[in-house]
Amino acid sequence: MGCRKGRQVDWSLVWKAAIALGGLSLFFAVLLAIAGEKFKVETDPRLDELLEAVLGTNCGACGFPGCEAACNAVLEGRAGVDVCVAGGQGVVDAVAGVMGMEATRSLRGIAQVHCKGGLRESKPKAVYQGIGSCTAAELIAGGGKGCKYGCIGLGTCRDVCPVNAIVIDEDHRRWVDRDRCTGCALCVEACPRGLIEIVPRDQEVLVACNNRDKGGKARKVCSVSCIACRKCEKTCDFDAIHVKDNRSWIDYDKCTQCGKCIEVCPNNVLVRVVPPRK
Amino acid sequence: MNEAYRYFLVFLGALLIYNILLIRFIALCPLIGVSTQVETSIGMAMSVLFVMTMASAASWVAWNYILKPLHVGEFLYIPVFILIIASLVQFTEMVIKKTSPPLYRAMGIYLPLITTNCAVLAAATESVKPGFLKLNVAYHFSLPECLVYTIGVALGFGIVIIIFACIRERLETSPVPHAFKGAPLAFMIAAILSLAFMGFANLLGL
Repeated sequence: MGCRKGRQVDWSLVWKAAIALGGLSLFFAVLLAIAGEKFKVETDPRLDELLEAVLGTNCGACGFPGCEAACNAVLEGRAGVDVCVAGGQGVVDAVAGVMGMEATRSLRGIAQVHCKGGLRESKPKAVYQGIGSCTAAELIAGGGKGCKYGCIGLGTCRDVCPVNAIVIDEDHRRWVDRDRCTGCALCVEACPRGLIEIVPRDQEVLVACNNRDKGGKARKVCSVSCIACRKCEKTCDFDAIHVKDNRSWIDYDKCTQCGKCIEVCPNNVLVRVVPPRK
Repeated sequence: MNEAYRYFLVFLGALLIYNILLIRFIALCPLIGVSTQVETSIGMAMSVLFVMTMASAASWVAWNYILKPLHVGEFLYIPVFILIIASLVQFTEMVIKKTSPPLYRAMGIYLPLITTNCAVLAAATESVKPGFLKLNVAYHFSLPECLVYTIGVALGFGIVIIIFACIRERLETSPVPHAFKGAPLAFMIAAILSLAFMGFANLLGL
């Protein structure tokens, strides 16, 4: 029966194996079924709903060990409704719905590089041929770039980004992919020049320069540098933009993103978030 | 060879000389995965001690009273032991969750991880088939011997994973070359620690 000719099958052994394994399985099944009833623990019914709402991949991006721990943290108030970093806005809304809370504005920030000058805009003062890392270049007289405040462009931020949200083109200009960025702030720590800031996710008007030199000097090193002309400050109707240390700063709480400052900026330092150049 | 000395040899053999992590390289996933913080590694070590002892005792009983009398052990022991371990871990998790929430919080997240861990299966298998020890006196463990052996294995696991976590915690703040950060360095440390543990080889004739 199903085996090669001339070989005897010891059916008693087969039966014994079936009985041993089947019997043990049955025993443990009954044991677990009884235990499941007897040792039932009342949990918050919202926990199951939360587990449905979050991504449920146990990715660990939130910093909790697994989705269940994260959901418990939300229930206990140790984490906000935006705990599921990887899920994006849809999941945040769902979690907020379960918890009966309003999903707040700009739940998690987004990285923004405060420099838009690439090789074309900012004249190089030297050719840097060292290790391909901004940290190394910064140690050797700041690399080859003319501007000593701006982006070096060797991509240390891109290398640390766990979700590949930072793109650097051949002109050493860089873009943050707003759909991918989770606001983890690893790039903020990695940048040797402190150019990257976490800004509110729905903030579109941004200052794309970090040059702290006076106007003339700033203009010399880069064609898209902030020359601290204060035109934006004067134009703003909401007192949301100020010049300090020879560059302008936006107060994200006050900014209504009307874009008036973008129109008056002579060097196009103020930008509405730019898509990658194709 | 008197009784106490044999227990001592079984324990020492399991603990150091045939250390499950560094000499036999079983259970590499917790060694690399759960050893980044001392606190979590202690939790893992405690859970392993608990589950391993329980699983081996249950496996010993199943082997000696079910599998061996039926003569089906030789080909059925792996599925049966996996069944026993998985069910017992589930059962224990339920009991702990109900009766002792603090213990559950300390061990809870590690219990499901251990369910299908190879170290637990290895300890259960070896407590009924202790072939690797050069102790020709005890080819079949009695239940107390099996318990001593398993506790030795689990403590060996615990000691190594805690040492490992301490080293890795310090390395976290050390200037490590970028390419070596994380798992590559962990494997190198494991290799060096393993060399250190090889120094125990042939101790007391084991």
